[in-house]
Amino acid sequence: MAEVTTRDFAAASRAAVQDPQLRRAFGSAGAGFDGARRDAIDEVTPEVWEQWRQQARSIKEHAVGNLDYYLELLERNVAAAGGQVHFAADANQANAIVSEIVRTRGVKVATKSKSMVSEELGLNHVLEGQGVAVFETDLGEYIIQLAEETPSHLVAPALHKTRGEVARLFADKLGVPYSDDIEEMARVARVALRQKFLDADMGISGANFLVAETGTLVIVTNEGNGRLCTSAPRIHVGITGMEKVIPSMQDLAVFLRLLPRSATGQRITSYVSMVTGPKRAADEDGPEEFHLVIVDNGRSRLLRDPALRESLYCIRCGACLNICPVYQRVGGHAYGWVYPGPIGSIVTPELVGVAQAKDLPNASTLCGACREACPVQINIPRMLLHLRHELAESPDSQRRTASDTDALLARGFAAVMSKPLLLKVARRLGRLAVKSVTRDGKIGRSRLPFLSRWTAARDLPAPPARSFSDIWRDELSRGDR
Amino acid sequence: MTEPAPRRASLFITCIIDQLYPDVGVSVVRALRRRGVMVDFPAGQTCCGQPLYNAGFTAEAKRLAVRVLDAFDDCERMVVPSGSCGAMIRVFYQDLFADEPELLRRAAALSERVYEFTELLTEVDGAADAAAPSDDAAQSDAGADVAAVAYHPSCHLLREMGVRRGPLDLLEAASGVSVVDLPDAEQCCGFGGAFAVKYPHISEQMLADKVEAILQSGAATVTACDMGCLMHIGGAISRRGLPVRARHIAQVLDDPAG
Ligand code: SF4
Repeated sequence: MAEVTTRDFAAASRAAVQDPQLRRAFGSAGAGFDGARRDAIDEVTPEVWEQWRQQARSIKEHAVGNLDYYLELLERNVAAAGGQVHFAADANQANAIVSEIVRTRGVKVATKSKSMVSEELGLNHVLEGQGVAVFETDLGEYIIQLAEETPSHLVAPALHKTRGEVARLFADKLGVPYSDDIEEMARVARVALRQKFLDADMGISGANFLVAETGTLVIVTNEGNGRLCTSAPRIHVGITGMEKVIPSMQDLAVFLRLLPRSATGQRITSYVSMVTGPKRAADEDGPEEFHLVIVDNGRSRLLRDPALRESLYCIRCGACLNICPVYQRVGGHAYGWVYPGPIGSIVTPELVGVAQAKDLPNASTLCGACREACPVQINIPRMLLHLRHELAESPDSQRRTASDTDALLARGFAAVMSKPLLLKVARRLGRLAVKSVTRDGKIGRSRLPFLSRWTAARDLPAPPARSFSDIWRDELSRGDR
Repeated sequence: MTEPAPRRASLFITCIIDQLYPDVGVSVVRALRRRGVMVDFPAGQTCCGQPLYNAGFTAEAKRLAVRVLDAFDDCERMVVPSGSCGAMIRVFYQDLFADEPELLRRAAALSERVYEFTELLTEVDGAADAAAPSDDAAQSDAGADVAAVAYHPSCHLLREMGVRRGPLDLLEAASGVSVVDLPDAEQCCGFGGAFAVKYPHISEQMLADKVEAILQSGAATVTACDMGCLMHIGGAISRRGLPVRARHIAQVLDDPAG
């Protein structure tokens, strides 16, 4: 599985917010994508958009609610089309399945189109260990592969890199003259990759959707690389999460409307590729073998938990990232694993272990912008609350990892707030405690524990002599004022 | 013709207002009474439990939520001068008590009667009448002393309670107030309760951007329906010594020149 650095969120996010370039990249790119998304919604009208969201939501509820049935149906139909489905319980199994195909078929070169699940598995690393040369062919993925980095966004993996950085990277790694002209850089990448497409024995793709009734793998791309990866090499391996299955082609339509608009504001992507089995007798070309690896890797935990199940409806459009005020400021890498942003803060803890990702559910103001943007109406704030609840109070001590200080504070706060008399006493003590740091009714910079974390950048009013309850009792209750 | 029975509203005062900004509560009461609403303040109330709920401590949150139910079960309507606490009571109590049928029933019944402060004003007399100027306001208007006000829509008010237009309508209709456009108004200010002290480095960035937007708007006053956000925004304004005031919408409507 890909390396997990979720424990470092606090430090990584602190470094990220101090990096003006990251801030620009994520802030403006996020805003750009989000603006395009809003325009696309206005174009179809918000009313129609709501209908689509509702429809997509119902399809996902139904498909994920009957996952066993649709996965079986999918498997049958993939087999009927001449392909083979492999189910993998975890990352190791998935990697072993692909490794086995590689070994028995003598694969030397593999091309890949974009697949977040393969990032999750750390597949490239495993294949390279077997002596396979793996080439990412999505431009963004290609860039981060050259830079030996990980994706920072669900849709735009190299979002954190500036044009200049990419130009330098190409010059260094590909030996081409430095040019930061976008057309030129795309041309360089195209030339570098063209030969790989021809050399590859195996093409690896992800899947945006799996259509059960036809056994079809669907990918939406803008670069056409996906089509080459899935058709030129003699073997095509599709790898995806088990939640990607939808019942029918009819159901696909609404997702093809929602996904590109939510991701980039496009009405439709440049390519929508549908793969049903390997090459047929009458086909002139296409792969001889088609394998579909369907990965669980923790997803059944999400499926079993009614409070978190809806996270499996995600179509990885990235809209929640683009609009998230936290993601915009800390970027993708700070989240410490493959899936960043609001949806990442839900699925990452469950896929890598809540205990080592406890910052993620907390690193949100619960502003709710993500829920408003999500094309499948996923209620991310509610799930963040659920995870916080697990961290604070789960009967399972593996999951209950909130600090003792937090628990003590919570209990103390509840105790004081449960007794108006106690609150009065606490108020008096509080006023005394801050007296020495109060000037003009304000508490400025302070070294007091807890308080200092607030007052580093903000003043705080000192509690005035009377609380509202006092004023009510003394004056308002009699109708004074 | 008989006079319609006066509206009654039972006031819930958020813990931040109670402890730190009692004047806001006073303005809320004045604004409601001026409109003929009979205001009472049920005894024994303290905090809605939101800080605990948001931190995941639902057992503790329930203790406080039950107290709110006890105090407000019988009220005709409950008025809350906060979108955040309003959302807690209207929306999240039903999540909190999802597994406790009797408490859930009470929470659901109360949720029907919860009004955020501006929702009640809007309902009482429609935006135009709601802004019937107080004597102070009328005077300041005459003196052409109009406050340029930027409105920050707080996140829970906006997205949990679904209050978007109402507060702006009230402000626009109020004399002595001129509403200015706040850039990126719907961006969170970065408060988020414990978030502000758990991840101050992120919170402070969000806050700095919000303050920048307020400065750009040219407002002399920034207002909102939540003292949490205003404590946060106002705290930065005060620290930086900026010529902007952070005031609750009840204060602005009660006394625009303040
Ligand atoms: S959670 Fe919703 S908005 Fe976020 S990536 Fe998934 S589908 Fe898109």
